[in-house]
Amino acid sequence: MPSRSLKGWLYLIPAIAFLGVFVVYPLFDVFVYSFEEGYNSASQTFYGTGIYNYSYVLRDPYFMQALKNTFILVIVTVPLSTAIALLISVALSSIKKLQELFQTVYFLPYVTNTLAVGLVFMILFQKTPYTEGFVNQLIHLFGGPSVDFIDGPYWAKMTVMCIYTIWIVMPFKILVLTSALASVNPDYYKAAKVDGANEWRIFTRITLPVISPMIFYLIITGFIGAFKAYSDVVAIFGTNLNSAGMNTIVGYVYDMLYGNGGGYPSYASAAALILFAIVLTITTINLLVRRKGVSA
Amino acid sequence: MKIVLEHITKRYPNRDKKRGGEVVAVDDFHLTIPDGKLIGLLGPSGCGKSTTLNMICGLESPTEGHIYFGEEDVTDLSPELRGVGMVFQSYALYPHMTVRQNIMFPLENRKKDERLPKEEMLRKAEEAARLVQIENLLDRKPSEMSGGQQQRVAIARALVKEPRVLLLDEPLSNLDARLRLSTREEIRRIQRETGITTVFVTHDQEEAMSISDEIVVMEAGIIRQKGHPQDIYDEPANLFVAKFLGTPPINVFEARAEAGRVYIGDACVMRAPDVADGPLTVGVRPEGFVPCADGPLACELVAVERMGRDTSIVARHRAHERGQIRTIVGSDVRFDATADEVRFSFKPAKTHLFDAATGERIHADATPVTGNGAAHA
Repeated sequence: MPSRSLKGWLYLIPAIAFLGVFVVYPLFDVFVYSFEEGYNSASQTFYGTGIYNYSYVLRDPYFMQALKNTFILVIVTVPLSTAIALLISVALSSIKKLQELFQTVYFLPYVTNTLAVGLVFMILFQKTPYTEGFVNQLIHLFGGPSVDFIDGPYWAKMTVMCIYTIWIVMPFKILVLTSALASVNPDYYKAAKVDGANEWRIFTRITLPVISPMIFYLIITGFIGAFKAYSDVVAIFGTNLNSAGMNTIVGYVYDMLYGNGGGYPSYASAAALILFAIVLTITTINLLVRRKGVSA
Repeated sequence: MKIVLEHITKRYPNRDKKRGGEVVAVDDFHLTIPDGKLIGLLGPSGCGKSTTLNMICGLESPTEGHIYFGEEDVTDLSPELRGVGMVFQSYALYPHMTVRQNIMFPLENRKKDERLPKEEMLRKAEEAARLVQIENLLDRKPSEMSGGQQQRVAIARALVKEPRVLLLDEPLSNLDARLRLSTREEIRRIQRETGITTVFVTHDQEEAMSISDEIVVMEAGIIRQKGHPQDIYDEPANLFVAKFLGTPPINVFEARAEAGRVYIGDACVMRAPDVADGPLTVGVRPEGFVPCADGPLACELVAVERMGRDTSIVARHRAHERGQIRTIVGSDVRFDATADEVRFSFKPAKTHLFDAATGERIHADATPVTGNGAAHA
């Protein structure tokens, strides 16, 4: 037995080494930086330790704005995108003709570059001196006033951001949910039909519970993904996110490291750890809720 | 509830679209199932037996023909309105529900005005569980149960709504051999206790024979024979049925009739005065062989397997369909097990003649030949 477990460890060494160097060590490092005041990565110096970095970040209005933006993004897009993806997946699996065509169409956004999609969204929503933009033309059609979605009011920008995020995360969710739906034993449906369950009851009492592990997986990864939003925001609003009021937590971390007012790895580390704590808390809550749901 | 299947035909469009056309799964199926009986639909896979079951259930509708439950025409009725209980081969127990919830599910599906009070539903669920003897497992999930227990839950779920007809699709095929024996007795007991007309589908002839009041043997969508299991075994209507029923299977020989005698190779094995001259197929049940020193059929002795109660003689003959004969004789039958050759005569009741071309049974008086058959040739 000892030689066998030795062999096992031997096989694990490459993965452990890489994870150790590129994940565990940096994580530990960030943790340390976040408590070192005024750490300078060039000179490797700092002038004190304590929780000052955290208190600075938490009092920084830019960080609070980023926190608010991220939370809105998470709370709006995760449930909405999962629900819409479920709706589309159910529709997809109930049609026979052209099913594969539609599946391909719905999957297209997944293979499209984020920045390219962002550009298209900008063109759709942007209002310039020369053009109103496609979406504003639509609004005019229904008799509404034009809105500047890219440089206009906060709610308009947030709306664009949410639509964009939902749209970009949808394909993966549809992919996962359609395969989850396809893997449900068809005998369940037959049995339910013989037992007199109507379509709605079949969906709520059988389909949903059976695929719930997949839905749960999508919600957890959706939360994590939305908390880490950054490139999507850049794709639409550019890199000067603080002045646009559209920064996210990851964007704030990036700005602290490399942005205009960059060169503050200590603040960046503190912000990153705050994000880590938030994601950890929410994932734990999710898991606890889930476990309770399963045993009930 | 008497079930009448009136000239039912089910056609599917061919799956291979290029070839087009249709596949006939069930072809002019006509059957009356008497009230309160247990009927086995028996046949090899793809013979249309499951399609027939699904049509009785209402999951599929016949292309032609009518289905009656009693006097009521249910052909166009959807399954939930037919009052049928169905047990699926996979059991189809909902994995996220407990046994109690599974059994109660059909009751909870009823429309508001027909729905029973909660306590009544619970009572009925427990009653159904008691009938299949799983009342102590009501709070388990299906995944925490053995295959046999899951099977019982599936039966309880089918019975809880007091169906007019109980349908079982391959009820035993997912169980191990030992469980199969006890479960089939259990199905028989439950059927007797409830008196519900029951139809079950199987490809296992032993299963069908052991518990059915009547079996229906199907091949390629057609009924090849129906009747009491023993009658079908004793008097098969055709070679297909003869071969499908019985383990070890019937021994099939190429033969010919000449001047009122039946020959296998050069050996005259039977006198059958009414049989026209020409090629024949002779089927002999394993228990239809009598080893005797002056028997007409000489075979090369391959092996003798003693199993206590009876003895299996394995022998070789060129005219045999598979080359190898397997017989079963009583262990008290004496013969020379060390010889290279063994000679058999046939018991007439266990020997059947079939048309060589159509496989249909030839009913003719046949008497065994004793003495060396070759001498007559």
